[in-house]
Amino acid sequence: MDIHLVRKLKSSPRRATQFWTALLSLFLALAGWQLLIQFTDLPAFILPSPADVGTRFARALTDGSLLRHTSVTLGEVLLGLLTGSTLATVLGYLLAKSRLFEQLLAPYLVASQAVPVVAIAPLLVIWFGPGIFSKVLICALIVFFPVLVNTIVGVRAVPNALRDLMRSLRATRWQTLRYLEIPAALPVFLGGLRIGAALSVIGAVVGEFVGADRGLGFLINVGRGQYDTALVFVAIFALVALALVLYGVVAWLENYLLKWQAWRSQ
Amino acid sequence: MQKTPILSVQQMDMIFPDDNGGLHAVENISFEVCPQEFVCVVGPSGCGKSTLLRVLAGLLTPTQGKINFAGGTPRIGMVFQDSNLMPWRSVLKNITLPLELDGLDSAQAALKAQDLIDLVGLQSFEENLPRDLSGGMAHRVALARSLVHDPDILLLDEPFASLDALTRDRMGTELLRIWQARQKTVIMVTHSISEALFLADRVIVLTQRPGSLKLDMDVKLPRPRAEEMRYTSQFGEMAKKLKDAIE
Repeated sequence: MDIHLVRKLKSSPRRATQFWTALLSLFLALAGWQLLIQFTDLPAFILPSPADVGTRFARALTDGSLLRHTSVTLGEVLLGLLTGSTLATVLGYLLAKSRLFEQLLAPYLVASQAVPVVAIAPLLVIWFGPGIFSKVLICALIVFFPVLVNTIVGVRAVPNALRDLMRSLRATRWQTLRYLEIPAALPVFLGGLRIGAALSVIGAVVGEFVGADRGLGFLINVGRGQYDTALVFVAIFALVALALVLYGVVAWLENYLLKWQAWRSQ
Repeated sequence: MQKTPILSVQQMDMIFPDDNGGLHAVENISFEVCPQEFVCVVGPSGCGKSTLLRVLAGLLTPTQGKINFAGGTPRIGMVFQDSNLMPWRSVLKNITLPLELDGLDSAQAALKAQDLIDLVGLQSFEENLPRDLSGGMAHRVALARSLVHDPDILLLDEPFASLDALTRDRMGTELLRIWQARQKTVIMVTHSISEALFLADRVIVLTQRPGSLKLDMDVKLPRPRAEEMRYTSQFGEMAKKLKDAIE
Protein backbone atom coordinates (compact mmCIF):
# COMPACT_ATOMS: atom_id res chain seq x y z
CA MET A 1 0.00 0.00 0.00
CA ASP A 2 1.17 3.55 -0.70
CA ILE A 3 3.23 4.81 2.23
CA HIS A 4 1.48 8.21 2.28
CA LEU A 5 -1.97 6.60 2.32
CA VAL A 6 -0.96 4.42 5.27
CA ARG A 7 0.22 7.53 7.14
CA LYS A 8 -3.05 9.33 6.38
CA LEU A 9 -5.18 6.43 7.57
CA LYS A 10 -3.12 6.15 10.74
CA SER A 11 -3.40 9.86 11.50
CA SER A 12 -7.23 10.15 11.05
CA PRO A 13 -8.30 8.46 14.32
CA ARG A 14 -5.53 10.35 16.15
CA ARG A 15 -6.92 13.67 14.90
CA ALA A 16 -10.44 12.73 16.01
CA THR A 17 -9.12 11.84 19.46
CA GLN A 18 -7.28 15.19 19.65
CA PHE A 19 -10.50 17.04 18.76
CA TRP A 20 -12.60 15.26 21.37
CA THR A 21 -9.92 15.71 24.03
CA ALA A 22 -9.81 19.47 23.33
CA LEU A 23 -13.61 19.68 23.49
CA LEU A 24 -13.71 17.74 26.76
CA SER A 25 -11.02 19.99 28.23
CA LEU A 26 -13.06 23.10 27.28
CA PHE A 27 -16.21 21.64 28.77
CA LEU A 28 -14.41 20.79 32.04
CA ALA A 29 -12.97 24.32 32.27
CA LEU A 30 -16.41 25.90 31.78
CA ALA A 31 -17.99 23.53 34.29
CA GLY A 32 -15.23 24.33 36.84
CA TRP A 33 -15.78 28.06 36.28
CA GLN A 34 -19.54 27.72 36.78
CA LEU A 35 -19.05 25.65 39.96
CA LEU A 36 -16.67 28.29 41.32
CA ILE A 37 -19.36 30.95 40.81
CA GLN A 38 -21.98 28.83 42.56
CA PHE A 39 -19.83 27.88 45.54
CA THR A 40 -18.18 31.26 46.16
CA ASP A 41 -21.17 33.43 45.30
CA LEU A 42 -18.92 36.12 43.84
CA PRO A 43 -20.67 39.17 42.33
CA ALA A 44 -20.68 39.46 38.53
CA PHE A 45 -18.41 42.53 38.50
CA ILE A 46 -15.69 40.43 40.19
CA LEU A 47 -16.22 37.17 38.35
CA PRO A 48 -19.04 36.91 35.81
CA SER A 49 -20.46 33.49 35.00
CA PRO A 50 -19.85 31.82 31.62
CA ALA A 51 -23.47 32.66 30.76
CA ASP A 52 -22.89 36.38 31.55
CA VAL A 53 -19.81 36.42 29.36
CA GLY A 54 -21.72 34.61 26.59
CA THR A 55 -24.49 37.20 26.70
CA ARG A 56 -22.01 40.09 26.70
CA PHE A 57 -20.16 38.47 23.81
CA ALA A 58 -23.41 38.25 21.77
CA ARG A 59 -24.14 41.92 22.51
CA ALA A 60 -20.64 43.08 21.55
CA LEU A 61 -20.89 41.02 18.41
CA THR A 62 -24.28 42.35 17.33
CA ASP A 63 -23.45 46.01 18.00
CA GLY A 64 -20.28 45.57 15.94
CA SER A 65 -17.91 46.81 18.67
CA LEU A 66 -16.14 43.48 19.09
CA LEU A 67 -15.35 43.09 15.39
CA ARG A 68 -14.32 46.75 15.09
CA HIS A 69 -11.86 46.58 17.99
CA THR A 70 -10.63 43.11 17.04
CA SER A 71 -9.87 44.21 13.48
CA VAL A 72 -7.87 47.19 14.82
CA THR A 73 -5.79 44.94 17.07
CA LEU A 74 -5.42 42.35 14.31
CA GLY A 75 -4.13 45.02 11.93
CA GLU A 76 -1.56 46.21 14.47
CA VAL A 77 -0.53 42.63 15.22
CA LEU A 78 -0.12 41.65 11.57
CA LEU A 79 1.84 44.78 10.69
CA GLY A 80 3.99 44.40 13.82
CA LEU A 81 4.59 40.73 13.12
CA LEU A 82 5.55 41.45 9.52
CA THR A 83 7.85 44.34 10.41
CA GLY A 84 9.45 42.65 13.43
CA SER A 85 10.01 39.29 11.78
CA THR A 86 11.33 40.80 8.53
CA LEU A 87 13.87 42.97 10.35
CA ALA A 88 14.80 40.11 12.69
CA THR A 89 15.30 37.69 9.79
CA VAL A 90 17.55 40.02 7.83
CA LEU A 91 19.57 41.07 10.89
CA GLY A 92 19.64 37.50 12.24
CA TYR A 93 21.09 36.23 8.97
CA LEU A 94 23.78 38.93 8.97
CA LEU A 95 24.63 38.20 12.61
CA ALA A 96 24.80 34.47 11.92
CA LYS A 97 27.20 35.04 9.03
CA SER A 98 29.49 37.59 10.66
CA ARG A 99 31.07 37.19 14.10
CA LEU A 100 32.29 40.79 13.95
CA PHE A 101 28.80 42.05 13.27
CA GLU A 102 27.50 39.92 16.13
CA GLN A 103 30.15 41.21 18.55
CA LEU A 104 29.28 44.78 17.59
CA LEU A 105 25.52 44.45 17.94
CA ALA A 106 24.93 41.67 20.48
CA PRO A 107 25.39 43.86 23.60
CA TYR A 108 22.74 46.30 22.37
CA LEU A 109 20.36 43.53 21.41
CA VAL A 110 20.68 41.81 24.78
CA ALA A 111 20.34 45.18 26.59
CA SER A 112 17.19 45.91 24.59
CA GLN A 113 15.71 42.69 25.94
CA ALA A 114 16.62 43.54 29.52
CA VAL A 115 14.13 46.44 29.44
CA PRO A 116 10.53 45.19 29.50
CA VAL A 117 8.40 46.40 26.61
CA VAL A 118 5.85 47.65 29.17
CA ALA A 119 8.48 50.10 30.41
CA ILE A 120 9.35 51.56 27.00
CA ALA A 121 5.83 51.49 25.57
CA PRO A 122 4.86 54.88 27.14
CA LEU A 123 8.02 56.40 25.68
CA LEU A 124 7.14 55.14 22.20
CA VAL A 125 3.60 56.48 22.51
CA ILE A 126 5.02 59.87 23.57
CA TRP A 127 7.44 59.89 20.65
CA PHE A 128 5.21 58.51 17.93
CA GLY A 129 1.75 59.40 19.15
CA PRO A 130 -1.20 57.21 20.13
CA GLY A 131 -1.90 56.09 16.54
CA ILE A 132 -1.23 52.76 14.89
CA PHE A 133 2.49 53.41 14.33
CA SER A 134 3.48 53.20 17.99
CA LYS A 135 1.45 49.97 18.44
CA VAL A 136 3.06 48.39 15.39
CA LEU A 137 6.46 49.40 16.72
CA ILE A 138 5.82 47.88 20.16
CA CYS A 139 4.49 44.76 18.50
CA ALA A 140 7.54 44.56 16.21
CA LEU A 141 9.86 44.98 19.21
CA ILE A 142 8.31 42.08 21.04
CA VAL A 143 8.36 39.84 17.94
CA PHE A 144 11.90 40.81 17.01
CA PHE A 145 13.96 38.92 19.57
CA PRO A 146 12.61 35.35 19.34
CA VAL A 147 12.69 35.52 15.54
CA LEU A 148 16.20 37.01 15.59
CA VAL A 149 17.58 34.36 17.95
CA ASN A 150 15.97 31.52 16.04
CA THR A 151 17.21 32.85 12.72
CA ILE A 152 20.77 32.97 14.08
CA VAL A 153 20.50 29.48 15.57
CA GLY A 154 18.85 28.12 12.40
CA VAL A 155 21.46 29.51 10.03
CA ARG A 156 24.35 28.44 12.26
CA ALA A 157 22.91 24.94 12.59
CA VAL A 158 23.03 24.30 8.84
CA PRO A 159 25.11 21.10 8.63
CA ASN A 160 28.70 21.74 7.57
CA ALA A 161 28.57 18.61 5.46
CA LEU A 162 25.85 20.17 3.30
CA ARG A 163 27.83 23.42 3.11
CA ASP A 164 30.77 21.35 1.84
CA LEU A 165 28.50 19.79 -0.75
CA MET A 166 27.42 23.22 -2.01
CA ARG A 167 31.01 24.41 -2.10
CA SER A 168 32.14 21.32 -4.00
CA LEU A 169 29.43 22.14 -6.55
CA ARG A 170 30.77 25.71 -6.76
CA ALA A 171 27.45 27.17 -5.60
CA THR A 172 27.29 30.96 -5.33
CA ARG A 173 26.34 32.68 -2.04
CA TRP A 174 22.86 33.31 -3.37
CA GLN A 175 22.46 29.66 -4.43
CA THR A 176 23.68 28.50 -1.02
CA LEU A 177 21.12 30.77 0.62
CA ARG A 178 18.30 29.61 -1.62
CA TYR A 179 18.99 25.90 -1.91
CA LEU A 180 20.55 25.20 1.48
CA GLU A 181 20.36 27.85 4.18
CA ILE A 182 16.69 28.82 3.85
CA PRO A 183 15.27 25.28 3.80
CA ALA A 184 17.72 24.00 6.43
CA ALA A 185 17.09 26.91 8.82
CA LEU A 186 13.34 26.91 8.24
CA PRO A 187 12.36 24.52 11.08
CA VAL A 188 14.12 26.61 13.74
CA PHE A 189 13.08 29.90 12.13
CA LEU A 190 9.41 28.90 12.07
CA GLY A 191 9.68 27.87 15.73
CA GLY A 192 10.73 31.45 16.49
CA LEU A 193 7.97 32.86 14.30
CA ARG A 194 5.42 30.74 16.16
CA ILE A 195 6.55 32.24 19.48
CA GLY A 196 6.65 35.69 17.89
CA ALA A 197 3.11 35.29 16.54
CA ALA A 198 1.74 34.53 20.00
CA LEU A 199 3.78 37.34 21.59
CA SER A 200 2.75 39.90 18.99
CA VAL A 201 -0.72 40.04 20.52
CA ILE A 202 0.83 41.04 23.84
CA GLY A 203 2.71 43.85 22.06
CA ALA A 204 -0.42 45.30 20.53
CA VAL A 205 -2.35 45.16 23.80
CA VAL A 206 0.48 46.78 25.77
CA GLY A 207 0.47 49.63 23.25
CA GLU A 208 -3.30 49.99 23.47
CA PHE A 209 -3.19 50.00 27.27
CA VAL A 210 -0.74 52.91 27.26
CA GLY A 211 -2.70 55.10 24.93
CA ALA A 212 -5.38 54.26 22.39
CA ASP A 213 -8.99 54.93 21.52
CA ARG A 214 -9.63 51.64 19.80
CA GLY A 215 -8.49 47.99 19.89
CA LEU A 216 -9.02 45.11 22.29
CA GLY A 217 -6.62 46.64 24.85
CA PHE A 218 -8.76 49.77 24.79
CA LEU A 219 -11.90 47.61 25.16
CA ILE A 220 -10.40 45.98 28.27
CA ASN A 221 -9.69 49.45 29.70
CA VAL A 222 -13.29 50.51 29.00
CA GLY A 223 -14.72 47.35 30.57
CA ARG A 224 -12.54 47.80 33.66
CA GLY A 225 -13.51 51.48 34.01
CA GLN A 226 -17.23 50.66 33.79
CA TYR A 227 -17.06 47.56 36.03
CA ASP A 228 -18.23 45.64 32.95
CA THR A 229 -16.07 42.62 33.84
CA ALA A 230 -17.93 40.43 31.37
CA LEU A 231 -16.70 42.77 28.59
CA VAL A 232 -13.15 42.42 29.93
CA PHE A 233 -13.56 38.64 29.63
CA VAL A 234 -14.96 38.98 26.11
CA ALA A 235 -11.96 41.09 25.07
CA ILE A 236 -9.54 38.66 26.74
CA PHE A 237 -11.12 35.71 24.95
CA ALA A 238 -10.92 37.62 21.67
CA LEU A 239 -7.21 38.17 22.34
CA VAL A 240 -6.73 34.50 23.13
CA ALA A 241 -8.56 33.60 19.93
CA LEU A 242 -6.35 36.00 17.96
CA ALA A 243 -3.18 34.51 19.45
CA LEU A 244 -4.44 30.97 18.81
CA VAL A 245 -5.35 31.74 15.20
CA LEU A 246 -1.95 33.33 14.55
CA TYR A 247 -0.19 30.45 16.26
CA GLY A 248 -2.30 28.01 14.27
CA VAL A 249 -1.50 29.72 10.96
CA VAL A 250 2.22 29.46 11.65
CA ALA A 251 1.82 25.86 12.85
CA TRP A 252 -0.07 25.07 9.63
CA LEU A 253 2.70 26.75 7.65
CA GLU A 254 5.22 24.61 9.50
CA ASN A 255 3.31 21.44 8.73
CA TYR A 256 3.00 22.44 5.09
CA LEU A 257 6.59 23.56 4.55
CA LEU A 258 8.24 20.93 6.73
CA LYS A 259 6.36 17.88 5.53
CA TRP A 260 9.74 16.23 5.01
CA GLN A 261 10.34 16.00 8.77
CA ALA A 262 9.66 12.38 9.61
CA TRP A 263 7.90 13.03 12.95
CA ARG A 264 5.25 15.23 11.31
CA SER A 265 3.83 12.31 9.39
CA GLN A 266 3.97 9.81 12.23
CA MET B 1 51.38 6.45 -25.79
CA GLN B 2 51.50 8.18 -22.42
CA LYS B 3 48.25 9.96 -21.51
CA THR B 4 48.35 13.62 -20.44
CA PRO B 5 47.45 13.87 -16.75
CA ILE B 6 44.11 15.48 -15.92
CA LEU B 7 45.37 16.30 -12.41
CA SER B 8 48.80 17.05 -11.10
CA VAL B 9 49.59 17.56 -7.40
CA GLN B 10 53.00 19.03 -6.70
CA GLN B 11 54.70 19.15 -3.29
CA MET B 12 51.49 19.78 -1.47
CA ASP B 13 51.56 20.61 2.25
CA MET B 14 48.55 21.17 4.45
CA ILE B 15 48.95 22.63 7.92
CA PHE B 16 45.90 23.44 10.06
CA PRO B 17 46.60 26.36 12.38
CA ASP B 18 46.31 25.58 16.09
CA ASP B 19 47.83 26.73 19.41
CA ASN B 20 50.81 24.39 19.07
CA GLY B 21 52.30 25.81 15.91
CA GLY B 22 49.89 24.11 13.51
CA LEU B 23 48.75 20.57 12.82
CA HIS B 24 50.72 19.18 9.92
CA ALA B 25 48.18 16.98 8.14
CA VAL B 26 49.78 16.35 4.76
CA GLU B 27 53.43 16.78 3.77
CA ASN B 28 55.11 17.10 0.40
CA ILE B 29 52.70 15.03 -1.64
CA SER B 30 53.14 14.83 -5.40
CA PHE B 31 51.30 12.61 -7.85
CA GLU B 32 49.46 12.70 -11.14
CA VAL B 33 46.19 11.21 -12.28
CA CYS B 34 45.37 10.41 -15.90
CA PRO B 35 41.93 10.72 -17.49
CA GLN B 36 39.56 7.84 -16.72
CA GLU B 37 41.96 6.47 -14.15
CA PHE B 38 40.57 5.04 -10.91
CA VAL B 39 42.93 5.91 -8.05
CA CYS B 40 42.43 4.84 -4.46
CA VAL B 41 44.16 6.53 -1.54
CA VAL B 42 44.72 4.38 1.55
CA GLY B 43 46.60 4.88 4.79
CA PRO B 44 46.33 4.71 8.56
CA SER B 45 43.57 6.63 10.34
CA GLY B 46 44.27 10.35 10.58
CA CYS B 47 46.98 10.32 7.92
CA GLY B 48 45.34 13.10 5.92
CA LYS B 49 43.52 11.08 3.23
CA SER B 50 40.31 13.06 3.57
CA THR B 51 42.27 16.33 3.86
CA LEU B 52 43.95 15.53 0.54
CA LEU B 53 40.57 14.91 -1.07
CA ARG B 54 39.09 18.11 0.39
CA VAL B 55 42.00 20.08 -1.04
CA LEU B 56 41.37 18.52 -4.46
CA ALA B 57 37.68 19.41 -4.15
CA GLY B 58 38.56 23.02 -3.43
CA LEU B 59 37.12 22.86 0.08
CA LEU B 60 40.55 23.59 1.59
CA THR B 61 43.43 25.70 0.32
CA PRO B 62 46.79 23.96 0.61
CA THR B 63 49.42 25.67 2.74
CA GLN B 64 52.03 24.95 0.08
CA GLY B 65 52.30 23.30 -3.29
CA LYS B 66 50.32 23.32 -6.49
CA ILE B 67 47.20 21.57 -7.69
CA ASN B 68 46.82 21.74 -11.44
CA PHE B 69 43.82 20.50 -13.35
CA ALA B 70 44.16 20.20 -17.11
CA GLY B 71 41.77 22.67 -18.72
CA GLY B 72 41.35 25.01 -15.72
CA THR B 73 38.76 24.73 -12.96
CA PRO B 74 37.26 21.26 -13.17
CA ARG B 75 33.68 20.19 -12.55
CA ILE B 76 33.79 18.17 -9.38
CA GLY B 77 31.49 15.37 -8.36
CA MET B 78 31.92 14.45 -4.72
CA VAL B 79 30.55 11.69 -2.55
CA PHE B 80 31.08 12.10 1.17
CA GLN B 81 31.27 9.58 4.02
CA ASP B 82 27.62 10.23 4.77
CA SER B 83 25.29 10.41 1.84
CA ASN B 84 24.71 14.13 2.58
CA LEU B 85 21.28 14.25 1.00
CA MET B 86 19.08 17.25 1.62
CA PRO B 87 16.27 15.80 3.74
CA TRP B 88 13.69 18.24 2.35
CA ARG B 89 14.31 17.28 -1.29
CA SER B 90 13.00 14.14 -2.95
CA VAL B 91 15.38 11.60 -4.49
CA LEU B 92 14.88 13.19 -7.90
CA LYS B 93 15.37 16.74 -6.60
CA ASN B 94 18.52 15.71 -4.70
CA ILE B 95 19.96 14.34 -7.91
CA THR B 96 19.01 17.37 -9.99
CA LEU B 97 20.64 19.80 -7.52
CA PRO B 98 23.95 20.19 -9.42
CA LEU B 99 22.00 20.79 -12.65
CA GLU B 100 19.78 23.42 -10.98
CA LEU B 101 22.93 25.16 -9.77
CA ASP B 102 24.14 25.12 -13.38
CA GLY B 103 20.92 26.88 -14.38
CA LEU B 104 19.36 23.97 -16.29
CA ASP B 105 15.55 24.08 -16.46
CA SER B 106 13.75 21.53 -14.32
CA ALA B 107 12.36 19.44 -17.20
CA GLN B 108 15.79 18.91 -18.72
CA ALA B 109 17.32 18.35 -15.30
CA ALA B 110 14.71 15.69 -14.50
CA LEU B 111 15.39 13.97 -17.81
CA LYS B 112 19.12 13.82 -17.13
CA ALA B 113 18.55 12.71 -13.55
CA GLN B 114 16.28 9.89 -14.73
CA ASP B 115 19.21 8.37 -16.63
CA LEU B 116 21.22 8.31 -13.44
CA ILE B 117 18.30 6.95 -11.43
CA ASP B 118 18.13 4.08 -13.91
CA LEU B 119 21.88 3.62 -13.72
CA VAL B 120 21.90 3.29 -9.92
CA GLY B 121 18.73 1.19 -9.92
CA LEU B 122 16.39 3.50 -8.01
CA GLN B 123 13.47 3.51 -10.44
CA SER B 124 10.12 4.22 -8.71
CA PHE B 125 11.85 5.97 -5.78
CA GLU B 126 12.04 9.34 -7.56
CA GLU B 127 9.48 11.07 -5.33
CA ASN B 128 10.56 9.46 -2.07
CA LEU B 129 12.28 11.53 0.59
CA PRO B 130 15.70 10.52 1.94
CA ARG B 131 14.05 9.40 5.20
CA ASP B 132 12.37 6.58 3.26
CA LEU B 133 15.68 5.18 1.97
CA SER B 134 18.07 2.60 3.39
CA GLY B 135 21.74 3.54 3.86
CA GLY B 136 22.73 1.78 0.63
CA MET B 137 19.97 3.48 -1.36
CA ALA B 138 20.92 6.89 0.05
CA HIS B 139 24.50 6.33 -1.10
CA ARG B 140 23.26 5.40 -4.57
CA VAL B 141 21.41 8.71 -4.70
CA ALA B 142 24.60 10.50 -3.60
CA LEU B 143 26.52 8.70 -6.35
CA ALA B 144 23.90 9.63 -8.94
CA ARG B 145 24.01 13.26 -7.77
CA SER B 146 27.80 13.31 -8.09
CA LEU B 147 27.60 12.10 -11.70
CA VAL B 148 24.58 13.96 -13.03
CA HIS B 149 26.42 17.11 -14.10
CA ASP B 150 29.02 15.08 -15.98
CA PRO B 151 31.97 16.01 -13.74
CA ASP B 152 35.56 15.99 -14.96
CA ILE B 153 36.64 14.22 -11.83
CA LEU B 154 34.82 12.19 -9.20
CA LEU B 155 36.06 12.40 -5.61
CA LEU B 156 34.86 9.73 -3.21
CA ASP B 157 35.60 10.16 0.50
CA GLU B 158 35.11 6.74 2.10
CA PRO B 159 31.68 6.69 0.51
CA PHE B 160 30.63 3.33 1.91
CA ALA B 161 32.27 3.58 5.34
CA SER B 162 28.95 3.84 7.15
CA LEU B 163 27.46 0.77 5.47
CA ASP B 164 27.51 -2.83 6.68
CA ALA B 165 30.09 -5.17 5.13
CA LEU B 166 27.65 -6.90 2.79
CA THR B 167 26.11 -3.69 1.43
CA ARG B 168 29.57 -2.19 1.19
CA ASP B 169 30.82 -5.01 -1.09
CA ARG B 170 27.65 -4.76 -3.18
CA MET B 171 28.09 -1.00 -3.50
CA GLY B 172 31.72 -1.56 -4.55
CA THR B 173 30.58 -3.78 -7.40
CA GLU B 174 27.88 -1.22 -8.30
CA LEU B 175 30.46 1.56 -8.33
CA LEU B 176 32.69 -0.46 -10.63
CA ARG B 177 29.79 -1.04 -13.00
CA ILE B 178 28.90 2.65 -13.00
CA TRP B 179 32.53 3.68 -13.47
CA GLN B 180 32.82 1.34 -16.44
CA ALA B 181 29.63 2.79 -17.92
CA ARG B 182 30.64 6.43 -17.41
CA GLN B 183 34.45 6.19 -17.65
CA LYS B 184 35.12 8.98 -15.18
CA THR B 185 38.39 9.88 -13.51
CA VAL B 186 37.96 8.77 -9.91
CA ILE B 187 39.96 9.44 -6.78
CA MET B 188 38.63 7.50 -3.85
CA VAL B 189 39.72 7.54 -0.24
CA THR B 190 39.18 4.31 1.64
CA HIS B 191 40.70 2.41 4.50
CA SER B 192 39.74 -0.92 3.04
CA ILE B 193 42.67 -2.52 1.21
CA SER B 194 40.36 -5.06 -0.39
CA GLU B 195 38.04 -2.31 -1.67
CA ALA B 196 40.99 -0.33 -3.03
CA LEU B 197 42.44 -3.30 -4.90
CA PHE B 198 39.08 -4.42 -6.24
CA LEU B 199 38.23 -1.00 -7.64
CA ALA B 200 41.41 0.86 -8.53
CA ASP B 201 43.91 1.08 -11.36
CA ARG B 202 46.38 2.54 -8.89
CA VAL B 203 46.61 2.64 -5.12
CA ILE B 204 48.41 5.44 -3.30
CA VAL B 205 49.50 4.71 0.27
CA LEU B 206 50.07 7.55 2.71
CA THR B 207 52.27 7.39 5.84
CA GLN B 208 51.19 8.22 9.37
CA ARG B 209 50.48 11.92 9.98
CA PRO B 210 51.78 14.09 8.49
CA GLY B 211 50.71 11.99 5.52
CA SER B 212 53.27 11.75 2.78
CA LEU B 213 53.44 9.42 -0.17
CA LYS B 214 54.76 6.01 0.81
CA LEU B 215 53.74 3.82 -2.11
CA ASP B 216 52.18 4.37 -5.51
CA MET B 217 51.24 0.94 -6.81
CA ASP B 218 49.63 -0.07 -10.11
CA VAL B 219 46.92 -2.66 -9.73
CA LYS B 220 47.49 -5.06 -12.59
CA LEU B 221 44.26 -6.98 -12.30
CA PRO B 222 42.24 -7.54 -15.48
CA ARG B 223 38.91 -5.79 -16.03
CA PRO B 224 36.03 -6.35 -15.74
CA ARG B 225 36.56 -7.52 -12.21
CA ALA B 226 34.34 -10.04 -10.50
CA GLU B 227 33.85 -10.68 -6.78
CA GLU B 228 35.79 -13.95 -7.04
CA MET B 229 38.91 -11.98 -7.91
CA ARG B 230 39.18 -10.98 -4.26
CA TYR B 231 40.11 -14.58 -3.46
CA THR B 232 42.94 -15.05 -5.99
CA SER B 233 46.60 -15.33 -4.95
CA GLN B 234 47.54 -12.28 -7.04
CA PHE B 235 44.97 -10.23 -5.12
CA GLY B 236 46.28 -11.62 -1.84
CA GLU B 237 49.90 -10.75 -2.69
CA MET B 238 48.98 -7.18 -3.57
CA ALA B 239 46.89 -6.87 -0.42
CA LYS B 240 49.89 -8.05 1.63
CA LYS B 241 52.14 -5.47 -0.05
CA LEU B 242 49.65 -2.68 0.72
CA LYS B 243 49.16 -3.85 4.29
CA ASP B 244 52.93 -3.87 4.88
CA ALA B 245 53.19 -0.36 3.42
CA ILE B 246 50.42 0.94 5.69
CA GLU B 247 51.95 -0.65 8.79
